[in-house]
Amino acid sequence: MSAEAKRAPGAETAGGRNILVVGVGGQGVIMISKVLALIGQRRGFEVKQSEVHGMAKRGGIVFSHVRFAPKVWSPTIAKGEADALIALEWAESLRWLDFLKPETGVFIADTRRIVPPFACLNRQQGAVTAYAKATPAEVVERISNAYALDASGIAAGLGDARAANTVLLGCYSVALDEPLEHWREALDLFVPKAARAINHAAFDAGRTWAEAARAGTQEVPTMPALFSARGPAVKSELEINAAWCKGCDICVKLCPERCLALDKKQIAVLTKPDACTGCRVCEWLCPDFAITVHQTAVGAA
Amino acid sequence: MKAEAAVRPAEPASSASIPLTGNEAIARGAWEAGVRVGVAYPGTPSTEVLENLSDYAPSEIYTQWATNEKTALDMAIGASFAGVRSMTSMKHVGLNVAADPLMSQAYIGVNGGLVVVVCDDPGIHSSQTEQDTRLFARFAGVPVLEPSDAQEALEYTRLAFQLSEDFDTPVILRSTTRLSHTRSSVAVGERVEQAPKGFIEDPQKTVIIPANARRLHPKVVAREAAVARYFEGSGIHRWEKGDRKFGVVTHGTAYLYVKEIVPEVSILKLGSSYPLAENTIREFAASVDRLIVCEELEPFLETEIKALGLAAEGKSLFPRCGELSPELVREGFAKAGLVEAAPVTLNETVENMARPPVLCPGCPHTASYLALRGLGARVTGDIGCYTLAAVDPLRSIDTTVCMGASIGNAVGIALSGTEKRPIVATIGDSTFLHSGIPPLIDAVYNDVNITVVILDNHITAMTGGQDHAGTGRGMRGEPTYQVNYEQMCRAAGVDWIRTADPYEVGKMYQTLREAIVHKGVSVVICSRPCVLDPVRIKGAPLEVKAAGCVACQSCMNLGCPSITWSDETYEGRNKVKIDPTTCIGCTLCAQVCLSDCIQPVTA
Repeated sequence: MSAEAKRAPGAETAGGRNILVVGVGGQGVIMISKVLALIGQRRGFEVKQSEVHGMAKRGGIVFSHVRFAPKVWSPTIAKGEADALIALEWAESLRWLDFLKPETGVFIADTRRIVPPFACLNRQQGAVTAYAKATPAEVVERISNAYALDASGIAAGLGDARAANTVLLGCYSVALDEPLEHWREALDLFVPKAARAINHAAFDAGRTWAEAARAGTQEVPTMPALFSARGPAVKSELEINAAWCKGCDICVKLCPERCLALDKKQIAVLTKPDACTGCRVCEWLCPDFAITVHQTAVGAA
Repeated sequence: MKAEAAVRPAEPASSASIPLTGNEAIARGAWEAGVRVGVAYPGTPSTEVLENLSDYAPSEIYTQWATNEKTALDMAIGASFAGVRSMTSMKHVGLNVAADPLMSQAYIGVNGGLVVVVCDDPGIHSSQTEQDTRLFARFAGVPVLEPSDAQEALEYTRLAFQLSEDFDTPVILRSTTRLSHTRSSVAVGERVEQAPKGFIEDPQKTVIIPANARRLHPKVVAREAAVARYFEGSGIHRWEKGDRKFGVVTHGTAYLYVKEIVPEVSILKLGSSYPLAENTIREFAASVDRLIVCEELEPFLETEIKALGLAAEGKSLFPRCGELSPELVREGFAKAGLVEAAPVTLNETVENMARPPVLCPGCPHTASYLALRGLGARVTGDIGCYTLAAVDPLRSIDTTVCMGASIGNAVGIALSGTEKRPIVATIGDSTFLHSGIPPLIDAVYNDVNITVVILDNHITAMTGGQDHAGTGRGMRGEPTYQVNYEQMCRAAGVDWIRTADPYEVGKMYQTLREAIVHKGVSVVICSRPCVLDPVRIKGAPLEVKAAGCVACQSCMNLGCPSITWSDETYEGRNKVKIDPTTCIGCTLCAQVCLSDCIQPVTA
């Protein structure tokens, strides 16, 4: 779908809004939620803003529901009822897609990827990360009102990548007919004095980006494939020369995959062959040259 | 008649409307009610109640963190004995700890109003279980108030103090995560000072020996009926007349979802599930064709209503486990034939990864657990951020039960005689003070061969950085006595105690190995401040010199969120890179790096 044919962010239903702001702990989800809540209040609506604390602080998933309308009952937005989804991280933007209103829901996401350690558990040669595979182009194709931008890059260009949340807020701001100074006043209430200038700049940059998007002149940013450079799959085999091993335990203790052990005769043995990645740490560290790693390309004779 | 009009003392008209979370509103309500003493042990989602109470002037309210929920309630009870209004707040599992004094005080009653704020965590956002505190209220014979939103949270808190004094009982104010952490506009009032009554000498009431207890128990039973009668006429239960084909009995946050999904039906919104408004419910049931109970967690009202001989549907429509949501409530009412099923959503379920919470970059717990895994120990865990070490890649905790359980569990494993691995209990500083000291005494008393690791990060970290008796500061930042863990362990009879810095990986490993070799109870205190609280620590970041990285993944075993794969590979495995904006320069990764390629960032 071409950018021209899309509904602009400002074309949502009049009146109240259901806005879902999502991201990863520490990105500033709550800050922009508070700004949105204040704007809703200024517009004379009843406002509810619901968030989850606790474990979320430790790099986990953070989400905040902002609802304003003449009357708001539920503190949370039902699936399929969000007028807007503002996502501060790419994989998080995909997690909440089913909250968006079909057809009219506006999707605004930073294309920044925060790859958690959890997505990098498979260390075998040729293995890939568990990080979400969907690309901005795919999402923009599937959702009528999708806007994906490199907000972190824009904020970094202004001097502080941490202001990416405010770039996205500025981007969403064109959806509400609210004077610029109201947004600035609201921002100033929640950002430290020293960070006001950068946040104003970030807000303006987001707004400018969205206006250009409305005009259909923004490109969908491309994201490089994650970890595409891995070589062909290799099969490793460990050869332990029992006659030379003196049972010093160094390889056992320092094996990153913890797949070695000493047997009853105090000789190193590979106990979990499937876990061995052939990283050669044992080979290099063995003081007695008792370990050799053999690698053959899979499929080779 | 409105409950507030009936019981609330004359007060100035509401002065303003301000956005408050449920927890902030509870604190405001307590302040307005003239509370003088507030004590609590932090616990999500209740923590901010006391934090907000401490924002009011110390001349008006004394606030302090307690060692645990039981000592907090004991202190609040003491203040009530002495004739001032007092409050404690806790999470649902905190009430398990504080259950003993609550049961007694239900008999004894109050002098100054006594309110116990309990925040349940339906959906287990940050807890070990989900519990329904309404069951506890009935068990203890203590009235429970259940606000739906922040405005009611404020009003019910004030009402709770009044009820407490009028009916001579502690009162539970029950919140849930959703209410505690939702911000909405609240019309606030002003503080109404309560004249302190002083201690009243009445040992037949305040000393709960069997003779007195046998006399007090019937009073609890009589009080149940009296409070129920009061509730019936007070307006705390709201009957919203609507379509008579369906009548919905609901409470708390569930009420909001009901209003969202089926606003047209007849609704009986109960402000309290215990004591039960039997007459109102009978009358309501008689007025509608079909009675539906929409409640979060246990079928508390449903069971009571059925016991009245009334036909009702509840958990056949709504789930008993987990948090309610507008979607689930819609599903339930769709099942009952009241509404259409949920509108079709985008249904754009994209394949995604899990993103579990992780220990912070530079978290001092990381090295302690890395060493324990390397030592092949059988590790009992406890409640705190460090519970996150139970999952990959640290995966070094075998059991976690509840606050303070680690040491007792380790003693039990040792006593079983079946465990061949070294047995190690790991417990945070705040958790150790909370409930780790009695089992340490048991460990020495039973002369078992275990190692206790006290993960001392000088703060209560998991709940956002609260002070405790081991930090040397009170909750308003005032200096106070600092518990000395080494002396405390020595007094319990431990003779092998070492303090180590978990940022020195080798030393940590060595110390733990010596501790394990020691026969009897050994204690290792891993001392290093939390990187987030009380001050955020940010040192010069490190970087990976990619040319030297052999992609061995040793550093990835730390699970540090600042380290991730780079696009470069070595023999088909990804090399690593470090995010300089989040790296705090703790050097743990550099210490475990086998090729010495992790170095300070060079310009």
